[in-house]
Amino acid sequence: MADFANPEIVQEEVDILLIGGGMACCGAAYEIMRWADAAKTSAGVDLKIKLVDKAAMDRSGAVAQGLSAINTYIGSEQDPADYARMVSNDLMGITRDDLAYDLGRHVDESVHLFEEWGLPIWKTDENGERHDGAQGMTPLKDGGKPVRSGKWQIMINGESYKWIVAEAAKKALGLDRIQERVFIVHLMNDKNDKGRIAGAAGFSTRENKIHIYKAKAVLLAAGGCVNIFRPRSVGEGTGRAWYPVWNAGSTYSMAAEAGAELTMMENRFVPARFKDGYGPVGAWFLLFKSQATNAFGEVYMVKNKEMLNDYPPYGQAAVPASCLRNHLMLKEMQEGRGPIWMDTVTALAKLRETLTPREVKHLEAEAWEDFLDMCVGQCGIWVGENIEPEKKNSELMPTEPYLLGSHSGCCGIWVSGPTDVGAPTTEELPGVPDHLPKGWNWGYRGMTTVKGLFTAGDGVGASGHKFSSGSHAEGRLAAKSMVKYCLDNKDLKVEIDETPEQIAEAIWKPVRNYLEFKDYTTAIDVNPNYITPKMLQFRLQKIMDEYVAGVATYYKTNNVMLEVAEQKLEMLKEDAEKMRAKDLHELLRAWENYHRILTAEAHMKHIQFREESRYPGFYYRMDKNFVDEENWHCFVNSIYDKTTKKWTVFKRAHVDLVDKSKLFKPAAH
Amino acid sequence: MPTYVRTDKCDGCKGQDKTACMYICPHDLMKLDRDGSETGHAMRAFNQEPEQCWECYSCVKICPQQAIEARHYADIVPLGGMVQPLRGSDSIMWTIKFRNGTLKRFKFPIRTTPEGSIDCYGGKATADMAKIAEPGFFNHMEQNGYRPGNPAELIRK
Repeated sequence: MADFANPEIVQEEVDILLIGGGMACCGAAYEIMRWADAAKTSAGVDLKIKLVDKAAMDRSGAVAQGLSAINTYIGSEQDPADYARMVSNDLMGITRDDLAYDLGRHVDESVHLFEEWGLPIWKTDENGERHDGAQGMTPLKDGGKPVRSGKWQIMINGESYKWIVAEAAKKALGLDRIQERVFIVHLMNDKNDKGRIAGAAGFSTRENKIHIYKAKAVLLAAGGCVNIFRPRSVGEGTGRAWYPVWNAGSTYSMAAEAGAELTMMENRFVPARFKDGYGPVGAWFLLFKSQATNAFGEVYMVKNKEMLNDYPPYGQAAVPASCLRNHLMLKEMQEGRGPIWMDTVTALAKLRETLTPREVKHLEAEAWEDFLDMCVGQCGIWVGENIEPEKKNSELMPTEPYLLGSHSGCCGIWVSGPTDVGAPTTEELPGVPDHLPKGWNWGYRGMTTVKGLFTAGDGVGASGHKFSSGSHAEGRLAAKSMVKYCLDNKDLKVEIDETPEQIAEAIWKPVRNYLEFKDYTTAIDVNPNYITPKMLQFRLQKIMDEYVAGVATYYKTNNVMLEVAEQKLEMLKEDAEKMRAKDLHELLRAWENYHRILTAEAHMKHIQFREESRYPGFYYRMDKNFVDEENWHCFVNSIYDKTTKKWTVFKRAHVDLVDKSKLFKPAAH
Repeated sequence: MPTYVRTDKCDGCKGQDKTACMYICPHDLMKLDRDGSETGHAMRAFNQEPEQCWECYSCVKICPQQAIEARHYADIVPLGGMVQPLRGSDSIMWTIKFRNGTLKRFKFPIRTTPEGSIDCYGGKATADMAKIAEPGFFNHMEQNGYRPGNPAELIRK
C-alpha cells in the first residue's frame, strides 16, 4: 500500500502527451482527435493520447476566472499582416512575424467556434447600440458585428469562457484521455538521442502516486510565470497577482532542462492596472474613453509625449509600445506627482451626456461586468473603499513584473514556424550552438528545438499578443503537427534516459528531506536541514526585486547588480535541493518554486546578455540605458545544460517578413 | 479576498471522496477537514493557504450549499464590503454590498447553450490527411474565420 514515504510509481505509454489544461491544451485537445481519427482511417495508426492537468480543466489556466473580452480577433476587415505589425511594435520590434502572421490568419476560426459552443459575444446593431451576447443577434461567423474595444479586442460576457471551451475539449478527448490533479514537473529525453523527448513525469496532488509517461510527442503548455518578483502586496494580497498565481514558470523551466532553446527571456510584462486589485484597464481606456492623469489632473501621455521621440521608431506608432506608455507614467511617479488616476468620473459623465437613462443603466452594468467577469478582486476593493466609478476615481499602478508569451510579453521557447510566409532558412549571426536549427522552420509548426517537444500559448516566445483565443488556435496548430510528427515517425521507439526509480527519487526529494529531518527540531518550519517552499519563494522574490529590476528599484538594474543576483540565485538553486514537503500540497509548491527559480535565472541571464534597455518602462539597465538598434535589434536566445546547470546565451538575427514602416505613417484620426 | 467557508452551511459535500471546492480550485487551496483536527470543524472544507488565493471565485460559484464567500484581502481592503454571485446555468447574478451599505445587483449572461450540450464535431467534416501540412484547421473555413491575407504584404516571399 502506497503511503507518503513510499509512493506508488504508475507508468503509462502514450504517443502524444498534452501537459496543461488551459486555452492552448483545450485547443490542442479539440483539434487533435479529428486528425487522430483520420490517422486511424487513412494510415491505420491508432494514436494514444493523454492530457494531464495539475488542476481541473473547467477552471484551469489563465482564463479560469473568466474574461470580459477576447483580445485577439482579426475580423474580416483587417489583415494578418496588420496584426503581425502591431505585435512587433508593441514588443519593441523584436518578434517573429512568421508566428504572429500564422496565428493571425487562424485565430478567428477558434473565436467563431467559441460562439457556436455558447460563449456570449457582444454585438453592435445597425444604430451603433451595444447588446450583450445573449440577444440572439447574428453570429460573427455570419457577419454579425462585434463590439470593438480597441482595434483587436471584442467584448464578451465571459464568466464561463473557460468552462465552455473546456467542455468542448473534454468531449473531444473523452474522459478516459484526461488526467486531472497530476502536476508534471520533469521532462525526460531519449536515451539514444538526447535531442529528442521521451516522456514526462510528475505526481498526483491527491494520492501518493508518481506518474511517469513515456511519449513520442509532448505538448508543453503550462502557462507563464508569476511571483518570481516580490509582489507589491505581501500579506494575503500576495494571491492577487495580475496573472494567475498558479502559473509557476513550469513551461520555461521544464523546456530548458530538456534542452530546448529559449528566446527573449529578458522580456517581461509590467501591466499598469487598477491599483492592488489589478482590474483590467482596456475597456476603461478604449470603450469608455477614460484618461489617466497624474495627481494634478495632467494627462501624462500628452504632457510627456516628447519622451516617445527618444525611442524611434517604436514611440512614433499611432499606438506606442506598452512599455513606453509605462515609461511616461513612471516619470510622474518618480518625480513625486503620483498617484496616477484613472479618471472614471469624467469619462462616465461625458458618456452620460448623450445617453438615455436606459443606456446609462446599461453602461453602469458594463463597467461592473468588466471586473466581475475576470477580476472579482477589483470589485472587492471598490466595495471596501466605497468607490462608485461615476463618483470617485481609482488609482492606477504598474505591477510587479510577469513573464509570459501570450499577453503583452514575448518570452518563451523558440519554435518552428510556418514554411509559406517567407521566413529565413539560414542564420546570419555567429554564435548559435551547432546542434540548433539555423532557419525559422524545421519541419513541424510549434515544435521546439527538442525533437518531439512542442509548445503553444505562453510557451511560444517572440510572438506575444495571442491572448486566450490565439493560445487556443496555437494549441490547435501544434496538435495538427504533432499528429504529423507521429505519423512521420511511426516506427520510432523512444527510451527514457532515466530509470523510474531515479525519476521517483528526484520528484520525492522534498518529502524525503522532510521525513528524514522533521524530528530534529521542535518547530517544523525552522530546521537547519531543510527550507520551506514558502521561505524559498520569499528569498527568490527578494533577490529578483532588489537586484533584477523589480518594484523596489523602480524597475532599474545594472551590470553589477545583475552579478550579485547571479551569485545569489546560484546558491538559491543549490538550496532548492533542500526544499521540504510536509504533504502533497507542499510538494506542489516545492516544485512550482523550483520551476520559478530556473525561469528567474533565465530572465536574469538574458537581461545581463542584452547590453541595452530594450523595454523602457518594463526594465532599465542603467549602465546601458538606451535602445541600441545597431547592435541589439536581434533575438536573444539561450540553452540550459541540466548536467552542468549552466546557461549558454547567444544572438539570433531578426528579420522582418512584413513591412513595418506602414506603422509609422501619421495616424488616420 | 481569500475565500472562507461558513461552518453553518458547508456539509463537506456529504462525505464524498472530494468536495466541489477541492475539485475546482485551480491552486489546490481547498481542503476537507474530515475529523476536525485541523480546524475544529469536522466534515467542513477550508482554504488552507489564504495568501495564495487569487479570488477567482471558482469555489464560491461551484459550492452547492453556497457556503463559500470572500473577505477581501485584509492587507489591502477595508472591511464591510461583499461581492457574492449566484451562478445559474445561463446567467450569473451578482449582489454587491459596499462598506457604506450601498447595494447593487447585476445579472449577466454566461452562455447561450445548455450546459453539457456542446456537440463538438457535429456537422463538421472529418480531417483530410492530404492537407495536414497546409495552413488551416481540420474544419478549414467551416467557421468562416480563416483570414488568408493579402499576399503582397509578405515582403520576403
